[in-house]
Amino acid sequence: MGALEAVILTIITASTPLLLAAIGELVTERSGVLNLGVEGMMIMGAVCGFATAYTSGSAMLGVAAGLLAGVVMSMLFAFLTQTLMTSQVATGLSLTLLGLGLSGLIGEAFTGLPGVKLTVLDIPFLSDIPFIGPILFGHDILVYASLAIPLGVAYVLFRTRLGLIITAVGGNHHSAHALGYNVIRVRYGCIAFGGACSGLAGAYLSLAYTPQWIENMSSGRGWIALALVVFSTWLPKRLMIGAYLFGTVWIMGLYVQALGVAIPAQLLSSLPYLVTIVALIIISGNKTLTKVNTPACIGQPFAPER
Amino acid sequence: MMIVLEKRSEQSKAMTFLSPVLAIGLTVVIGGFIFTGLGLDPFKALYIYFIEPMTSIWSVEELIVKAAPLILIGAGLAVCYTANVWNIGAEGQLTIGALFGAAIPVYFTAWQSPLVLVLMLVLGAVGGALFGAIPALLKNRFGANEILTSLMLVYVAQLLLDWLVRGPWRDPQGFNFPQSVPFEGWQLLPLLGEGRVHIGAILAVVAVIILWIMMGRSLRGFEIRVIGRSPRAGAFAGFGQKRVVWFCFMLSGALAGLAGICEVAGPSGQLQPTISPGYGFTAIIVAFLGRLNPIGVLFAGILLAISYLGGEAAQVELGISDKTAQVFQGMLLFFILACDTLIHYRIKFAPGAGAAKEA
Amino acid sequence: MNVDSSSEYLLEARNIVKVFGELRANDDVTLSLKPGEIHALLGENGAGKSTLVKIIYGSLQATSGQLFWKGQPVTVANPAAARELGIGMVFQHFSLFDALTVTENIALALPADVDIGALAGRIEKVSNDYGLPLRPDALVADLSVGERQRIEIVRCLLQEPRLLIMDEPTAVLTPQEADQLFVTLERLASEGCGVLYISHRLEEVKRICHDATILRHGKLVARVDPQQETAASLANLMVGAEVAAVKADRGGVPGSPLLELVDLSLPTNDPFGVALKNINLTIRAGEIVAVAGVAGNGQSEFFDAVSGEQPSANNETVKMSGEACGRENITRRRRRHAAFVPEERIGHGAVPDFPLSENVVLTHHAVGEGVVRKGLINRAAARDVNSAVTELFDVRKGTPDPEARSLSGGNLQKFVVGREMTREPKILVVNQPTWGVDAGAAALIRQALIDLARSGSAVLVISQDLDEIFEISDRIAVISRGEMSEAYPAEELSLEQIGLLMAGAHEKAPEKAAAS
Repeated sequence: MGALEAVILTIITASTPLLLAAIGELVTERSGVLNLGVEGMMIMGAVCGFATAYTSGSAMLGVAAGLLAGVVMSMLFAFLTQTLMTSQVATGLSLTLLGLGLSGLIGEAFTGLPGVKLTVLDIPFLSDIPFIGPILFGHDILVYASLAIPLGVAYVLFRTRLGLIITAVGGNHHSAHALGYNVIRVRYGCIAFGGACSGLAGAYLSLAYTPQWIENMSSGRGWIALALVVFSTWLPKRLMIGAYLFGTVWIMGLYVQALGVAIPAQLLSSLPYLVTIVALIIISGNKTLTKVNTPACIGQPFAPER
Repeated sequence: MMIVLEKRSEQSKAMTFLSPVLAIGLTVVIGGFIFTGLGLDPFKALYIYFIEPMTSIWSVEELIVKAAPLILIGAGLAVCYTANVWNIGAEGQLTIGALFGAAIPVYFTAWQSPLVLVLMLVLGAVGGALFGAIPALLKNRFGANEILTSLMLVYVAQLLLDWLVRGPWRDPQGFNFPQSVPFEGWQLLPLLGEGRVHIGAILAVVAVIILWIMMGRSLRGFEIRVIGRSPRAGAFAGFGQKRVVWFCFMLSGALAGLAGICEVAGPSGQLQPTISPGYGFTAIIVAFLGRLNPIGVLFAGILLAISYLGGEAAQVELGISDKTAQVFQGMLLFFILACDTLIHYRIKFAPGAGAAKEA
Repeated sequence: MNVDSSSEYLLEARNIVKVFGELRANDDVTLSLKPGEIHALLGENGAGKSTLVKIIYGSLQATSGQLFWKGQPVTVANPAAARELGIGMVFQHFSLFDALTVTENIALALPADVDIGALAGRIEKVSNDYGLPLRPDALVADLSVGERQRIEIVRCLLQEPRLLIMDEPTAVLTPQEADQLFVTLERLASEGCGVLYISHRLEEVKRICHDATILRHGKLVARVDPQQETAASLANLMVGAEVAAVKADRGGVPGSPLLELVDLSLPTNDPFGVALKNINLTIRAGEIVAVAGVAGNGQSEFFDAVSGEQPSANNETVKMSGEACGRENITRRRRRHAAFVPEERIGHGAVPDFPLSENVVLTHHAVGEGVVRKGLINRAAARDVNSAVTELFDVRKGTPDPEARSLSGGNLQKFVVGREMTREPKILVVNQPTWGVDAGAAALIRQALIDLARSGSAVLVISQDLDEIFEISDRIAVISRGEMSEAYPAEELSLEQIGLLMAGAHEKAPEKAAAS
């Protein structure tokens, strides 16, 4: 395997969890809901995915369990914020804190155990082409999913009535309600989709990225996914580009170190976080770009008027 | 059946106090079920968790040691959240505060004077405030979301600490352990009594009292409350939102920094790669459980400290993971948010079909 | 009345009751309407008009009572069901989405099987047919209020409605735009469509409506033929008592200029905001100057610029009592004995969750009346101000110091106006002084404004209500797209002239094209 090939492959693996989690949150936010619990849903997806795969021996069952865990967590959030109308910021935070705690408890029994790695989907002939084969056709199902989902989301959002309804609910929930749309139900759906994607992202971490369970193994990726959504200005295609940029930064540290450059490892490890801050500064400074696509109702609870 | 919320014409004062009680009750009940699920006697487990930490002098002292930083940080966060300023990076501000304060014993190892202690505390607060000022600057100047920036900075601060204790600040006589020189004499916080309780506890109580007066009586506190409830009305009143963002971040940062230096100059006595068991995050729960009220934070801080101690006790006596503490804390925040709905709404159960649907 | 399928009525709502908690928003209300009839639904704010039409449109379900459609009892479960029957509704607060195009907005209200691709063509055809021109691919955020209303109407027309409900449609239009709307409505009626027309503008009700149902406090008080009534008799039915006429003794000689705006410009950094361009206006002691205009033409930006919520870059652009203060913030301007009342009572003029005494502190904290001493709030002093306001302005409330949001619109408006009046300001700037308040409160507030001016203060009123403007103002200026006309003496301006100014130079050409 050539060096370039290895670099590209690691960029893909580093970007995939960010992309998965962020595309789910993008849909949630498009419907007008800010779910800060991505980190918590992701880590629960990771631990449940690992535990299921380890117990059953099937990585695919693990993926399903990760997805389910994300959805269950997101439904807790949805019940509080949509039915009980609690603060979305505070509830999202508590979802993250709960997820981190719960995953630690569940995962304790699985720490240090050998994991089940998600297998690469081997496509005859195509996967065997040198260089191009491994890069384009040598991945597991979640990598393909991480690319297919944003394209599907873009199609639904901009080409279908469902997408129009989601944008409408996020843009002006009172108008949507007046036209007879069930705002709460649409939002429940979008929150569940966000949870499912975060769960998949977590499952990717514990079944493919590093196939084992390590406490807090999401290490802030959920938060970076949230920043990515802002960075993408809520556009799926821009989100894909952004996720790969961030993924590149994430693994850059490893390679710079491997080259023997005398930079403290900690500085390199902090690069993704610093780059996230810089990205937020750049995009937030551009008012016209952000304001046009920002879902106008984001973070606001919806109570039907009389 | 479906749940219908009916808005109260005014907030329920009774529910403001009842909601946390209800939330604690729910957490205990669910906790009992979890313990039962783990095959334990739920009553015994709950006793060990929540009551035992308050039955001996030793554990009460330990309780105070753990409650002090939670209260210091939680009181500052309560002010932030009242203003709708979402500082969730207190853990990072705590870390930087500890680093600023610890710079004195690290660089002036032999210096002994009461001034050292004062300087360390002041530097701790300054460090936390400056680190807290970064997200404030980014929000005010560029409109960058403070939730994300303050959280990102936690990772940066922890990596900086890690680098220092493994690199330039490592104790040359420390057998290559990742830790700084041990602090001595005036570099350590004076103890109250025989045990481990240090003056950090007094600082926490003083901070609570000052913030309580500020929030309840002063124009500054009024400004913060108005901006939090209704920024537009705040602008109409002539209050500057940006000024409030600066103030809240620097205040809560300073208090977190103070908590940080109190940790390293108190229980730890030196810098280590990890200086807090997540106080900065747990303090978020403390702030909400304390109704964003400084006095409430005092009680909430003690309660959350109990959950830390209970977690340790449960690990020793029951052989279960101390991670249960974190789960309890997360659940508690969930329940308190859910119960707070009762402050603003009455809950009614309506038959699912046919009747008053707001769908 | 027997139920039979050949009923002459298109819609009947019989004995409708709707209870919200302790409030009976509709209490045994009956309304019936024939095809081809324009039927007025009249009542004060809070009389229950909106509740009734929401029940008819399926947004709300009645607690008891029955709807009949073409003589048959029906249940309208939701707005989609209403549209299925042939009921269309144009909302007062439009149900539009800024971030979407005209076509997308309309598609959202149509059944799911409508071909979106072919929709743009249909929109163009119908909108031109009815004299309501629209560009299908325009983004709603870029459109004027009048154009937005056209979207709402075209949206209904595309469904070939049998009944069209219109909630206060002319409140946001220039007189000329309103005339155009009446032509459209009369054409619809002549085609057999029923129109349920909610308004509090009695002159226009007399002009276009064939029948009228009047509500008061949720109850049906009368069903009358508006052609046989006078505006005054209709008003008496709505209010239930003689409406006190506002006494405006004009003719005093204005004194020295107290508030001067000189080439006041304010760029906007909000992509959807309105920039102010070179505004010149002088208000003298003893006079009321009104700024008329259609919603969204820069009124709130203008208010912010005058109040100092958005200070100007140039100090000379605002002068109070002859002294330049363009760069000063709102607190400093208050110290110059200026007082301000914004348009939004809730969330701008008052913090909804705060008790009234704390809302006193909001504007009194910096003006040296003992409410704040040495950085500490004197609660007793704030409570005293609250009691004074309550007494002076007859603010009705359950407890002495309730939360602001628990007050009715009229009472809260009396509080936010009264709170400033107790300061006896030299300069008062009010945005929409009586928006959405009952007739009694409106009369009291207008009288207070006139009395303040007559006592020697300068009063600037920003309003979209032309009746109000003619009732109280000495001079009238018109704001359009951030530009301000000259201020004309009120008696020299006709409704038509104001309408032309409101449309602004920019819009004159398309308006004419639309009318032809």
